Amino acid sequence: MLRKLFSFHGGVKPATHKDQSTLDPIAPVPLPERLVIPLHQSVGGQPRPLVQPGERVFKGQRIGAADGSLSSAVHASTSGLVRDIVPAVMPHTSGLTTLSVVIEPDGEDRWGELDKVRFRSTPPDELRDFLRDAGIVGLGGAVFPSHLKLKPGKEGALQTLVINGAECEPFITCDDMLMRERAGDMLKGIIAMRHMLQAREVLIGIEDNKPQAIAAVQAAIAASGETGIEAVAIPTRYPAGGAKQLIRVLTGIEVPHGRRSTDFGVQCFNVGTAYSIFEALELGRPLISRIVTVAGNVDAPRNYEVLIGTPMDHVVRLSGARAGTDRYIMGGPMMGARMPAFDVPVVKATNCILVGSPALFPPPPPEMPCIRCGECAKACPADLAPFEMYWHSRAKNFGKAQEYHLFDCIECGCCSFVCPSHIPLVDYFRFSKSEIWAREREKEAADAARDRFEFKNFRQEREKQEKAEKLAAKAAATREKVGADGAATATASGGAAPAKPSADDAKRALIEAAMEKARQQKAQVQARNTDAADPAVQAEIAAIEARRLASATPPTDSPPSSGA
Amino acid sequence: MLTAILIMTGIALVLGAVLGFASIKFKVEGDPLVDQIDAILPQTQCGQCGFPGCRPYATAIAGGEAEINQCPPGGEEGIRKLADLLGREFKPLSEEHGVEKPKAVAVIDEATCIGCTLCIQACPVDAIVGAAKQMHTIIAADCTGCELCLAPCPVDCISMEPIAETVDTWKWRYPVFAIKQAA
Amino acid sequence: MINSPFVRKPASVQSVMLQVLLALLPGIAAYAWFFGPGILVQIALATAAALAGEAAMLAIRGKPKALFLSDLSAIVTAWLIALTFPPIAPWWLTVTGTLLAVVIVKQLYGGLGQNPFNPAMAAFCLMIVAYPALMSQWPAAGQLDARTQLDLIFGGARQIDAITGATPLDALRTALRSAADPASTQHGLRAAQLMDGPAFGLVGGRGGEWVALGYLIGGLWLLQRRIITWHIPAAFCAALFAVAGLLWALKPEGFASPLFHLASGGAMLGAFFILTDPVSGATTARGKLLFAAGAGILTYVIRVFGAYPDGIAFATLLMNICVPLIDMKTQAPVFGHKKD
Repeated sequence: MLRKLFSFHGGVKPATHKDQSTLDPIAPVPLPERLVIPLHQSVGGQPRPLVQPGERVFKGQRIGAADGSLSSAVHASTSGLVRDIVPAVMPHTSGLTTLSVVIEPDGEDRWGELDKVRFRSTPPDELRDFLRDAGIVGLGGAVFPSHLKLKPGKEGALQTLVINGAECEPFITCDDMLMRERAGDMLKGIIAMRHMLQAREVLIGIEDNKPQAIAAVQAAIAASGETGIEAVAIPTRYPAGGAKQLIRVLTGIEVPHGRRSTDFGVQCFNVGTAYSIFEALELGRPLISRIVTVAGNVDAPRNYEVLIGTPMDHVVRLSGARAGTDRYIMGGPMMGARMPAFDVPVVKATNCILVGSPALFPPPPPEMPCIRCGECAKACPADLAPFEMYWHSRAKNFGKAQEYHLFDCIECGCCSFVCPSHIPLVDYFRFSKSEIWAREREKEAADAARDRFEFKNFRQEREKQEKAEKLAAKAAATREKVGADGAATATASGGAAPAKPSADDAKRALIEAAMEKARQQKAQVQARNTDAADPAVQAEIAAIEARRLASATPPTDSPPSSGA
Repeated sequence: MLTAILIMTGIALVLGAVLGFASIKFKVEGDPLVDQIDAILPQTQCGQCGFPGCRPYATAIAGGEAEINQCPPGGEEGIRKLADLLGREFKPLSEEHGVEKPKAVAVIDEATCIGCTLCIQACPVDAIVGAAKQMHTIIAADCTGCELCLAPCPVDCISMEPIAETVDTWKWRYPVFAIKQAA
Repeated sequence: MINSPFVRKPASVQSVMLQVLLALLPGIAAYAWFFGPGILVQIALATAAALAGEAAMLAIRGKPKALFLSDLSAIVTAWLIALTFPPIAPWWLTVTGTLLAVVIVKQLYGGLGQNPFNPAMAAFCLMIVAYPALMSQWPAAGQLDARTQLDLIFGGARQIDAITGATPLDALRTALRSAADPASTQHGLRAAQLMDGPAFGLVGGRGGEWVALGYLIGGLWLLQRRIITWHIPAAFCAALFAVAGLLWALKPEGFASPLFHLASGGAMLGAFFILTDPVSGATTARGKLLFAAGAGILTYVIRVFGAYPDGIAFATLLMNICVPLIDMKTQAPVFGHKKD
């Protein structure tokens, strides 16, 4: 039976360069001298370190605990000694550092105790926590914590579980090789995910330029005897492997920006994620390695099973980097990120180390002005008008750029790929997006500061007013009392005050009363402040007080002048 | 002649009535201009502009009593936005009010702090916690970097530390316009 | 620093413009064959003027000359000017027109990609307003030999009224107007009869219809090469055909057939080469349809009811003005926001 497929707008067909790296099976990588494992490897919060420098760790031991629910754990990729926990350069274009655990392997590669889980008999919440603690994240490149996506939508059950084996980026073949070699195990992971999501059908989308992978997956499905799981060959057209585009191709559903696909009854996972879920559930192994394609300017492009934290140049050496290598790219040539150094570690997001050279990836010809030819709009898989967004981004008119749906852009690079004026359109969009985010952060901070400032003013105002009211009330009370006692008090107090008009008397009495009151209050406060302290502290306080009295000028506690 | 004068007078009266009516009917409550200016100001509340806070400065700008270039934390971009909003000419930041600095937060050296609460009183946004004779500390997330706490501190234990760029705050740079390079 | 994507399709402004120039060749060949080599001289003049003007302006504006001269966009403008101006226009007319187009309409607005108006059409309009007589002298096919043409271009005596007529469009309009006039000798003649003269061919102007066919062939090649999309040519032709067809159906003796309108004047050049200029034209699919349909209707109105030899130029400029609005109002819904 032939399934009805849908198509998405635009897309491009760059040369795929996938043949060479699929000649040989996936190869292991010898242990490097040092593993640098960044604690922050997934979308979400920064995991906190669970180990100390100098500590011995087992392979698979948790070294970073998930920070809240939107986060994922991190594990030691091999057994050895924790050398350090320091900020290290991360595999990110910015070249910034992130807190990383440096492990010196002991060469034994010894696993710790492994927990396995029977997914059919475990409550879903526990399963999700298990996967979070196993560090399972999306291996397609987005590294979104998978446990958060393994929740069925509002209706409780999902219509379609889409498994992404499209792998549309040129050069990358790690998913292809995974499906060829490990289709059966991957399928077990898919079955577990299907169980957790209660999905009615599973569609494994694979671009039709991978006939061997399709055959392997189909054979695995047939061998498993499962029904409702289908491997679907889809037309090869970049970016068919984008989650939104793949969902569109397989189900006809377009998930808009900012909406969850489960609201439409669909969820999408990468084949690598499915395999790592199998490893976690059935073998108890957390995510400590992944398949990485090494391609580009190397003698023997190939796929490797790489421990997380392995320096990239350690892996590339196995394939033999050729002369002229000037950069590593993490990912493919369309969306990959330029690496700030050659020895940055392989992380969970590293599907490919693309070795670049000026000959392989020549710098683009000079950027010309946009001639509004519309090629970018024709190529855009999100149906955007990139030249309009470019126009406003270039002018830093971010509001306008957003009106043209800047945030629906998936940064696939199709527009830059086709532009006859060689404009780095995606760079402009990335620039605009990060500027808008920065502005939003600033705006939020400013609003918070304004609120706090206004509240402080309000509080001060209120305190002043309360004080004034209290004083006024007290003054009134005292005056009443003083007025009632009248001259009697004045004469009784002796020679201090000769007989004077009663108004003056009243005032003086008022002041004295207030002074007395203040003195009493002060004594009271002081007493209350120190009487809980133990004798030693009491003594110390006394000493300090004495010193202060001796050195400083006598305290000039001016009594609060009443409003009277 | 007389007719003309009568007609003109009549028109003047009618128009005057319409305008008067409109000014009552469509009267704008409050002063939205001050709000708009205030929204552009960075809310540092530092007082470098010479006014006790951002809103007083906004009011002063709206009232024509202050220039738009007196806000160092807002920087050049802030001045540009104000110039755009008010239709005024852009001016470089006035030097007497300070210089634009990278964003920073105040940090208290907790070993030196004597717990005098002076900085707490100075902080415009209540971002310092502590009590008399207790050590104080700054809530970095709420600190606007206004530096108002620096002066009152009797033991000079507060310093400003620039906010380091992280992956979350890192920004893509503006693409270089390569035509210039080719030239 | 270069970021992703690191690969690019081998496309450039230069190759786009080059293909447009190539696509013009069949039309130019037919033009030269039927009307003599004058057009080739005009093309050479316009090209030289355009390159000189562009180079001077780039130098003044401090832009890289080699880069922008080799993008061929000035040459496309130059060729369109040469093809829309009369082939016997004096050399200074062509040169002035081209310089106006390149210097004022293109470079002063910011150069490549920035001009709101089609430079060639703006130049045409300016020149026809300034020199209506010179811009309206069109020789019939085969009427003038090469020598006469060169003489006329390079300043020979212009006893032109004796030897040249107007374009077939102009001729027909004049004829139809006199046919409608009871005092005229041609009173009561039908359009079909009026078109029996030597200026007319099978469906359009004699010779001119073959040039139009050349443009059509070039245009279809551009479509096949995906340099242009079908929207603008189709909408323009459909609108022109529809308006012309309607009036023709209502009163066949008073109006020319829609086929005549499509085959005459600059209709084909406009449909495939002028309106499809991406810089000054609409960019969205629906916008292109609106833009070109508007141009088609305006072209017809100006041709039939106006006083100028052809209506394409004014129609193009008028629609250029509307482009920002059209584009803004016709943005297609984006992924996930379609109503299906």
